[in-house]
Amino acid sequence: MARSTKSTIQAVPLRHPFRWAAAFYFVLIGVAFIVDALHRSAYDWKAFYKYVFDVRVFKAAGVTLSLTAISMFIAIIWGVALAVMRRSPNPVFRQVSWFFIWVFRGTPVYVQLVFWGLLSTIYHSFFIGIPDIHFGHFYLGVHFPISQTASLYWLAIIGLSLNEAAYMAEIVRAGLLSVDEGQEEAATSLGMSWWTTMRFIVIPQAMRIIIPPTGNEIISMLKTTSLVTAVPLITDLYARTRNISDEIYNPIPLLMVACAWYLFFTTVLMFVQYFVEKRFARGHSPLLRVSHE
Amino acid sequence: MSESLMVSAVDIHKSFGTNEVLKGITLEVKRGEVMCLVGPSGSGKSTFLRCINHLERINSGRLMVDNQLIGYRESNGKLHELKPSEAAAQRVGIGMVFQKFNLFPHLTALDNVISGMIRVQKIDRTIAIAEGTELLRRVGLADKLEHYPAHLSGGQQQRVAIARSLAMKPKLMLFDEPTSALDPELVGEVLDAMKQLAQSGMTMIVVTHEMGFAREVADSLVFMDGGVVVESGDPEEVLRSPKHERTRAFLSKVL
Repeated sequence: MARSTKSTIQAVPLRHPFRWAAAFYFVLIGVAFIVDALHRSAYDWKAFYKYVFDVRVFKAAGVTLSLTAISMFIAIIWGVALAVMRRSPNPVFRQVSWFFIWVFRGTPVYVQLVFWGLLSTIYHSFFIGIPDIHFGHFYLGVHFPISQTASLYWLAIIGLSLNEAAYMAEIVRAGLLSVDEGQEEAATSLGMSWWTTMRFIVIPQAMRIIIPPTGNEIISMLKTTSLVTAVPLITDLYARTRNISDEIYNPIPLLMVACAWYLFFTTVLMFVQYFVEKRFARGHSPLLRVSHE
Repeated sequence: MSESLMVSAVDIHKSFGTNEVLKGITLEVKRGEVMCLVGPSGSGKSTFLRCINHLERINSGRLMVDNQLIGYRESNGKLHELKPSEAAAQRVGIGMVFQKFNLFPHLTALDNVISGMIRVQKIDRTIAIAEGTELLRRVGLADKLEHYPAHLSGGQQQRVAIARSLAMKPKLMLFDEPTSALDPELVGEVLDAMKQLAQSGMTMIVVTHEMGFAREVADSLVFMDGGVVVESGDPEEVLRSPKHERTRAFLSKVL
């Protein structure tokens, strides 16, 4: 006679001896490494604790954070603009966008930063207006001198954000392409203009696709700021910790200090990304729908 | 062009590359008329519909809706392309319902319906909400205002799409196979909404395979094949005694 189908299945669970062995092995390696590191003099934990909350390091971490935030802010806006321009019915916009991406994605960010640092050597001033037409000393336009001491901080931000914008443009473009053609058709047939369609119909839907890689770009930018020494800006986290280690002839603990701060920031960003992604999945993911009901 | 005509198409040609899809379509739709366009797939019905809304640009011929040339302005015997804003303004008067609904998935049913009112006609939000709610009530979705499209059945989605088009107060409604993507048991509710609309006096062009709807609701039936109009006339008559062999062959398959 068949047993009642209602009774819970009693079966011997599948065993995973290799998983356990591997887990044990990696834990062992980890513990051994930590125990060793705690006693290894080169790490100099005393110096690490002394400098990890040092006021100079703290300020430098702030500079790194503000470089990241401002550069990404500009890069996202400019990147969206470039991506939308590439989809524009206007061929001039399409070509300008293509050319910008070609240049800024095609050369290393480090080299670009060196160039921005040399801006005042290459150009002494820039001029907005009609060149070569003047009445005595009166020009049809405005001269902006580029001072020898042009803010290295802002040059670094220009360098970082323009380079990043080229990458953001490609990310946004992929997002725009992911939106079904029918959406644009439906909006158009309602009489929406091309820009209204982009702004209220296509871009909001593209966000779902754009956000995960953008989070990745922000984290990447946080670390790329360590290259601003090329400008040369030396107030960011990495340059500052190098600077301190030169003073005390002890590089390793300060590298650890820098890593600790970078890791802390990226960890926070990963949490933020998780919640933002959830927000933009609204009305879309069937999984989310189940959890809502 | 006569005042009583809503749509007048004269010798419309349309090609995609070397593939000529419309090979000279000539037809007229009177105000308040419901016309059903039928024919095998690839016959050019949908393309013709999209031309009326200027989603596709015609290569030659003369297409007028409500005495206005579509996509062009005529002055001194010359045609001038319309500015995008002028073309958009023309589309406001022509509603379109798509086979795949094309609702905006990031907006609720109500926000879908009022999107055009708010973004195009710049109507005050409170007024738009009141009108949108009424439109959704009329298509039987008063209780689904805050639902996202993903939470609605296909039939419900298509009714939201109809309400969304009606919100722009169009003078002409185009339906591109509105029930083809629906499960059979959901077809009825959408056809009912369309029937109601037809009874209210709306001018409609419906590309469809629903011969029952054509017989019951349409004032005229046009059979297209291979980019030309093969036969047209009173639906009852065309369906009962088709004159052309091609019409007969097609109808024998779908009836």
